[in-house]
Amino acid sequence: MNALAARRRHPAAIAVLLMIGLFLTGAAYAAVAPEPADATTQALPAQSVEEGKALFRANCASCHGLNAEGRATGDGDEIAGPSLAGVGAAAVDFQVGTGRMPMTAPAVQAARSEEVVFEQEQIDALGAYIASLAPGPSVPSEEAVDPTKGDPAKGGELFRVNCAMCHNFAGSGGALTRGKYAPALRGVEGKHIYEAMQTGPQSMPVFNDDNITPEDKRDVIAFLDTISEQENPGGMTLGSLGPVTEGMFAWVFGLGILVGCAVWLGSKSA
Amino acid sequence: MNDQDTPTTGTEVARGDHGDAVRLDDGHVVGTGGLPDRFTNPGLPAHHHRMADVDEAAARRAEKQVATLFGISIVGTLAFIVLYFLLDVEQTVFIPGVGYTSATNAGLGVCLALSMLGIGLGAVHWAKTLMPDHEVVEERHPMRASDAERAEVVRVITEEGGSSQVMRRPLIKYTLGGALGLFAVPLVLQVGGSLGEMPKKSLSLTWWNGGPSGPGEEPTFSPMRLMKDPENVPIKAADVTIGSVYHVMPEGLLPDEETGEGGAEHLLEEKAKAAVLLMRLDPAQIKSQKELDWGYEGIVAYSKICTHVGCPVGLYEQQTHHLLCPCHQSTFDVTQDCKVIFGPAKRPLPQLKITVDDEGYLVSAQPFREAVGPSFWERG
Repeated sequence: MNALAARRRHPAAIAVLLMIGLFLTGAAYAAVAPEPADATTQALPAQSVEEGKALFRANCASCHGLNAEGRATGDGDEIAGPSLAGVGAAAVDFQVGTGRMPMTAPAVQAARSEEVVFEQEQIDALGAYIASLAPGPSVPSEEAVDPTKGDPAKGGELFRVNCAMCHNFAGSGGALTRGKYAPALRGVEGKHIYEAMQTGPQSMPVFNDDNITPEDKRDVIAFLDTISEQENPGGMTLGSLGPVTEGMFAWVFGLGILVGCAVWLGSKSA
Repeated sequence: MNDQDTPTTGTEVARGDHGDAVRLDDGHVVGTGGLPDRFTNPGLPAHHHRMADVDEAAARRAEKQVATLFGISIVGTLAFIVLYFLLDVEQTVFIPGVGYTSATNAGLGVCLALSMLGIGLGAVHWAKTLMPDHEVVEERHPMRASDAERAEVVRVITEEGGSSQVMRRPLIKYTLGGALGLFAVPLVLQVGGSLGEMPKKSLSLTWWNGGPSGPGEEPTFSPMRLMKDPENVPIKAADVTIGSVYHVMPEGLLPDEETGEGGAEHLLEEKAKAAVLLMRLDPAQIKSQKELDWGYEGIVAYSKICTHVGCPVGLYEQQTHHLLCPCHQSTFDVTQDCKVIFGPAKRPLPQLKITVDDEGYLVSAQPFREAVGPSFWERG
């Protein structure tokens, strides 16, 4: 303890104390923090339209209306949820399968979530119900989204013209207007990429089969699959976000080291 | 900290009993004396000897540290040479936190860093621990030269400059001036000449005017099909569903996808002017009659080149119908004829008037009516 006491006026003492304090606080919080309430209902697998309808009424109707006709908030022309007639099973599979729906609270944009509320069978049942309301795009087959069957080079060309301006050249995502954003495309299932192009969720425009053909869509999926596997000859990607993160890195670490060297060089040796 | 800094405890708040405001001089203690007539010169701080100066063991330790740093440099350089021959350029290596990366970049970079840092750190450490540690005071001297030196300079300029006879012999004066002046011309000429030919009307023309639109070209308009970029296939109006976005190039600009033949001679220059974004909105949402008239059943085509500094404006939000430029966040409202609603752009995006041909494909009805892209000097 004496050795510690002797060093209490060391310049690094305050920083070390701070780190210890923060660590202890965090550890204490983690130990006593309440577990988030888990309200996921484990409903039985439902295949039919009827069961999809029941699921819809229980989970979606508060915003989208009892018969998926959409609902206004009553505040101007603001809507709680759009009409779902004609969006097809593909839209349901995308929105629910990526955890965007059901939304827990109104927000500028529904964010992708790792916690998908429904089982795949339930999503399929919901999709079957929505598809029964009006014809719309259906969920693509396994083969249609198999990256090994696509041409990544052509997909890259299509991606750079049609997708890169919002989703970034490396699929890292980017900002849109007024708090909206284009999400990152890494780690997204090929099926969901396909469905997003087909249905144009939220701010994203529609890229129907006449615009980007099903084969071209598979090429885009193959391209995204390829770049996620690719090594980085240039070293750390820093998120592939371009000058923002790279500049930040240079300012913080590059200049930090230079300042440190200057202080060391200029300090008296005794 | 002296007495004046410390107000007497309890006097800084109003007393509760009668509620009077606090007197400003309450708690103020008058100091005992003014400033001294002059401050004594504190002199230089005492010189502290370094450990290595007083303790031979410490000096030997410092010597070893410096030698170790130089040794690290030697090892780094040798490792660089070995790795240079050992590693294949294509080889990759897994580095935690970075992932798979080029083995030569990582290996040679780290070795070179060690070899340079070893020398640098060793030299600085050597200087700070072992090199002489005398403190020397250098007095500042006045900047002004002595009067004798100043007089000599004036004499040289007035008398010896005059003896060159430049004032007496105007022929030399004027030919020297001419030679020196003309000498600048070749330098300027090279820079000016390498800028290429003048743009003439080409900044106001695009491929939509009827084909090649470079300097000196005089294209004549004929309707052109709107082609998908990069597939280079025409677009049927019926295929453009509401909410769709197509990235468009004019017919004949892109080379054939299979053979790579045809297309514009100056492909990038033409693409940079002719790029168009095609969107379909519900016609009921379009507020501009001109926009409706120049479109086709809610299908509208706008130049993709930002009127600010020419970035491609491609970020279309199908719900809000905002068109965002990624460079400086200029935002155009597609429902209001691409009016600027945010950002540094000054003018709306130019609209391309379109219609359909006999086969149902979208075609241009006229070229752009104004120059696309950013402002320039001669812009009408």
